[in-house]
Amino acid sequence: MGSMNNPKALIIDYGMGNLLNIERAIKYLGGEAEVSSSASMIASAERLILPGVGAFGKAMVELNERGICDAIYDFIRKERPLLGICLGMQLLMTESAEFGPNKGLDIVSGKVVQLKGRTIDEKRLKVPHIGWNTIEFPEEPDNAAFKGSFNRDNTILKGISSGSYFYFVHSYICQPDNQEYVLAESTYGADRFCSIISNKSNINGCQFHPEKSGRAGLQIYKNFLFNS
Amino acid sequence: MAKYIRIIPRLDIKGPNLVKGIHLEGLRVLGKPWDFALKYYKGGADELIYIDAVASLYGRNNLAEIVEKTSQNIFIPFTVGGGVRSLDDIGRLLRAGADKVAINTAAVHNPDLIYESAKVFGSQCIVASIQAKLINNRYEAFTDNGRELTGKEVTEWARQVVDLGAGEILLTSIDNEGTGLGYDIELIRQIAGLVSVPVVACGGCGRYEHMLDAIVKGNADAVCAASIFHYHSLGSKVDTNQFKDEGNIDFLKLNRGEFNFMKEKISPTGIKDIKNSLIKAGVKCRV
Repeated sequence: MGSMNNPKALIIDYGMGNLLNIERAIKYLGGEAEVSSSASMIASAERLILPGVGAFGKAMVELNERGICDAIYDFIRKERPLLGICLGMQLLMTESAEFGPNKGLDIVSGKVVQLKGRTIDEKRLKVPHIGWNTIEFPEEPDNAAFKGSFNRDNTILKGISSGSYFYFVHSYICQPDNQEYVLAESTYGADRFCSIISNKSNINGCQFHPEKSGRAGLQIYKNFLFNS
Repeated sequence: MAKYIRIIPRLDIKGPNLVKGIHLEGLRVLGKPWDFALKYYKGGADELIYIDAVASLYGRNNLAEIVEKTSQNIFIPFTVGGGVRSLDDIGRLLRAGADKVAINTAAVHNPDLIYESAKVFGSQCIVASIQAKLINNRYEAFTDNGRELTGKEVTEWARQVVDLGAGEILLTSIDNEGTGLGYDIELIRQIAGLVSVPVVACGGCGRYEHMLDAIVKGNADAVCAASIFHYHSLGSKVDTNQFKDEGNIDFLKLNRGEFNFMKEKISPTGIKDIKNSLIKAGVKCRV
């Protein structure tokens, strides 16, 4: 039983991926976690987590069949915080090339493409990209107005430094149309990809699994719960 | 781009206890696995591996409970194996909080289990556990913790499990396991050079230099060790009453800090110290 003041997060259950570890992370941090596939509960949630492991196309079918897509749009209209994890981040995009093209939620405009799986000198790299990797903060645009308006401490990166390690399991990457949506980048061979996507406000997504990324990963959930 | 090498404590489980043996025989109770797991998580382990040391022998499967208890407060990848026989077993362990499941005996008897489980759960969570022993200059694959010869030659078997969809190989040298004399570098080198999936080196680690050899000479993607971590984290005396129903606790009754009988071979070392040494030697590690 949590108190009224504990931040709540609803974890969307659409039959794909292990939600237990996310739920445990939220509870460990003192939040309240609820796992649900109910469209009405999703639409009226305080905070939403869209998890996901598996194929993009199948995930969209599952979300549509359960009426979850519309519930997510209703939720977003209230400008409440949404966090996509791994495939859940990719689902936020306009479309994915995975067995596709397949249409996504189109909350962030851009597409999802396959990792090249090559080094810079064209040697083969293992795909999926599985394991620990660092995130780096992209160079900020040389634009005084933008710089003035953006403070990383107001994002899910509060308390996390460039070069921190996170745990990845993925074969596809997000390419947002607007570079300002790239909150953090990572490198896998010749691919420099967006590892955290953010509208610097309520919409966020992580390509890695924060619930498997030790202390830094917990900090992401902590920020999501208490700082957004 | 050099890869990040993973440092993985391996916890062998018997009943509810963490155990350690020599050549996988003569198991000795060291404590409760979740206490050690939490220490390793906090100490900077990149992953954890739990293996139910006797599950295959006695046909039991009580790991899910221990996994559930352990993963409450541990937020790094967690591989679990021992006695895994079916898709149901795999599903149960994944639902209890495991990220990957290691399969050995059942895969040898029914290689299709690897194919089926990779299709259902994804290759990224299926680990083929291969136990190897050098016999007449040939690495032979074993099951049941080194008791049963399978008749499969290790390189051939490694190639087969990867073709079937295994996402990782946990490669244990039965000859070296529990000796503290170092990994079987030749074994690791052969398999790591052969397959496209990560190879986790296991068996024989007694000191940090052995890990460096497995990484640099063997080309391992990850190194797994038990004794050097367990003996390092053994601290204060424990209440041996909570272990009275389980196995050989002579070691616990002695002051656990005194393990001179192993000191010649094992240099107990914490994960942070190992990583710092590896980084100095030019290996990339998460810190």
